[in-house]
Amino acid sequence: MTTRDDLKRLARCLPTGALLTSVEEMRPYECDGFSPCRRLPRAVALPENEQQVQAVLKFCHQARIPVVPRGAGTGLSGGALPVEEGIVLSLARLNRIIAIDPVDRCARVQPGVRNLAISEAAAPYGLHYAPDPSSQLACTIGGNVAENSGGVHCLKYGLTTHNLLELRWISADGEVMTVGGTGLEGPGYDVLALLTGSEGLLGVIVEIVVRLLPIPPHARVLLASFETIETAGAAVAGIIAAGIVPAGLELMDNASIRATEAFVGAGYPVDAAAIILCELDGLTEQVETDLERVRAVLAAQGALSVRVSHDEAERRRFWAGRKAAFPAVGRIAPDYYCMDGTIPRRHLAVVLRRIGELAAAHGLAVANVFHAGDGNLHPLILFDANQPGQLEQAEALGGRILETCIAVGGTITGEHGVGVEKINSMCLQFGHDELLQFHAVRQAFDPDGLLNPGKAIPTLNRCAEFGAMHVHGGQTLYPDLEHF
Amino acid sequence: MRTEDQGLWLQEQVREALSRAESLYISGSGSKAFLQTAPEAPCRRLSVEGHCGLVEYEPGELVITVRAGTPLARVEALLAEHGQMLAFEPPAFGPTATIGGTLACGLSGPRRPYTGSARDFVLGCRMLNGQGQRLSFGGRVIKNVAGFDVSRLMVGSAGTLGVLLELSLKVLPRPECELTLSFDGTAEEALLRMSEWGRAAWPLSALVHDGERILMRLSGSERALQAAHRQLGGEALPMASTFWHDWREQRLAWFQDETPLWRLSLAPTCPLPALPGTWRIDWGGSLRWFKTHASPEDIFLAMARVGGHARHFRGGSVSLRHQPLPVPLQALQQRLRTAFDPYGVFRVNPALNQILT
Repeated sequence: MTTRDDLKRLARCLPTGALLTSVEEMRPYECDGFSPCRRLPRAVALPENEQQVQAVLKFCHQARIPVVPRGAGTGLSGGALPVEEGIVLSLARLNRIIAIDPVDRCARVQPGVRNLAISEAAAPYGLHYAPDPSSQLACTIGGNVAENSGGVHCLKYGLTTHNLLELRWISADGEVMTVGGTGLEGPGYDVLALLTGSEGLLGVIVEIVVRLLPIPPHARVLLASFETIETAGAAVAGIIAAGIVPAGLELMDNASIRATEAFVGAGYPVDAAAIILCELDGLTEQVETDLERVRAVLAAQGALSVRVSHDEAERRRFWAGRKAAFPAVGRIAPDYYCMDGTIPRRHLAVVLRRIGELAAAHGLAVANVFHAGDGNLHPLILFDANQPGQLEQAEALGGRILETCIAVGGTITGEHGVGVEKINSMCLQFGHDELLQFHAVRQAFDPDGLLNPGKAIPTLNRCAEFGAMHVHGGQTLYPDLEHF
Repeated sequence: MRTEDQGLWLQEQVREALSRAESLYISGSGSKAFLQTAPEAPCRRLSVEGHCGLVEYEPGELVITVRAGTPLARVEALLAEHGQMLAFEPPAFGPTATIGGTLACGLSGPRRPYTGSARDFVLGCRMLNGQGQRLSFGGRVIKNVAGFDVSRLMVGSAGTLGVLLELSLKVLPRPECELTLSFDGTAEEALLRMSEWGRAAWPLSALVHDGERILMRLSGSERALQAAHRQLGGEALPMASTFWHDWREQRLAWFQDETPLWRLSLAPTCPLPALPGTWRIDWGGSLRWFKTHASPEDIFLAMARVGGHARHFRGGSVSLRHQPLPVPLQALQQRLRTAFDPYGVFRVNPALNQILT
């Protein structure tokens, strides 16, 4: 129970006005990008530096107050959803770029720095920070670390976890620690890897050193259209099988193409069943060689048309549609629910067909736009929350889609995280013993379970109540999916 | 490829050791035993070598799943047949090295700064924890953020957290061509030039200094490599693949003596610390091989000053092999170990013990 007295003492850890306790002030913090779930915390703390974060954590540890860390709140799985008796710890005010080091090609930043701001600061040196989630204008690097965010370019340049050198973080009891180092590896167990993607359950990150990479001197995008989504899926597999690692390889279906065209006019062929965007980057000579090889694959896979960007403006225009796809879909339906399963690429065509069948059975439409090169699907389930029962239908459909992903050897989340959204699906993906092991790991970091409770790792009780059976080795509730 | 599933037998061994309060020393073929200090008695060796074979490999997925005891050389040969490779270029340190041992030791070769480390390529694993439970983490897909990233934690944990049974690894296409260029320069000059090259988007796949010259490996299409060569200059090195193999496996003469060899991880342009000894530079400056009779304490102090860290790799005998960790982090590592192996079945080799207790 968080008392008034607790809040008074908490306020003393912070500058004046940096502890929000009124409903109006806390309203913006009641949810993140996963808007169906909303809840008000007891307070929102807005520390400005590491010492204040530490003071807040020490106090909450001593008073047994749950803490929900939060970046920009752009997460899509409810990872920053407040807990009733707890506080939200916003890292947004720790927003300084401490140093850009062009010589050692790294940036030392605070967690509240926006993802894109790092690349902007590094650009004068010809460098950039590679992971680029679609929310990169707004999302913070601290949030990226917590979620192990991906993005359009992670096929070639990796996820957040591949682009970190060092993390400075504070444990639930207020101990400041540093893992990794300015070299490429740190001593002891790889705690840096474990913290990355731990969704705020293991510690609060207060400083991050990211790797910076040279901006590729040359980049071109191919835009290919297809008569069916299956042939587009086969073309994606064909490009990878040809030994090419594109900088980005994205697929959009007709519903997404139409929505984006109406929204930004990127010049996509609205009659195509699907399009592929394939970006190649590097030295000019390398890009030109790869371009010819990709053209050959696309032709062999029966592409209806192939366009290649001729200059930077055209390249950006090709991408503009993809980057605006989510808001564009947001315009054609009152609500949408974004899924995030990942599957082995060879099952793309069959899973996409299955999603279509499931959607029809639930009486809902789905738009598909996703990181095809990674096999990371983002089916957007369209619905209207004001129509009774539609939210429940959308959630049910989402659950079925994730079961399909698991059934073909995939995963329930490729980059958006588990949060509260997919906590039940975790019971499908992992068995009893794995969940116990996760809880043991958590206990090693936070024995009282004060950091972001109720997220990411379900309790065994919850799984029992959910009634889920672990889908093991493809043995699922849906045996007809086994032969996928 | 020889195939044998000894998963159940291994599980029995762990359970038996648990019930008898015995200690197990997890081992592959022993090719990298020099990284560890000899096991303390009483301690039984648990060999994972017999648990081997391919589980799944679809070249188009860029993912391979193999049992931990599979020889590294077999995995690499199979990938090569399909024009693919383990892009972290692991050193084997002997023909018998297993894939499980390779990942448990977490070593990466000269390609590491440009394509990624051993742990970067791990997508999932099956393992036995200290309670003999068979667990599965991660998966066989490129992107997966469900649950804590235990698979990557296992990399470099040297058999102290559990028995690796099966690994799913991301693989990459082999480059169409490779070209190695040689440039004259001292080690000090090398650090500066490596940094300059690293800031431009050259298709680098290795950058080392072998004591006399800088060697730069480039990977890509023939046209791209020719264009890069024209602009970069340098002499093309003949028999380059032999050089890289010998460099990675530490077969070059410099590596072949009994002076203690240290492995230093630090910022790429960090000046060479003022300690007596000789140097080789790897990973574009981020990794330094240091042959010295300097005391471990002096080395650790010099490293701590520049935010790096050191570990004794092989040769000679030294009193400490690992740079001590700050107390809170050391305590956390110990708790993590307990989380996986609460009854201490897996013997912590004394070298690692310096970190863990």
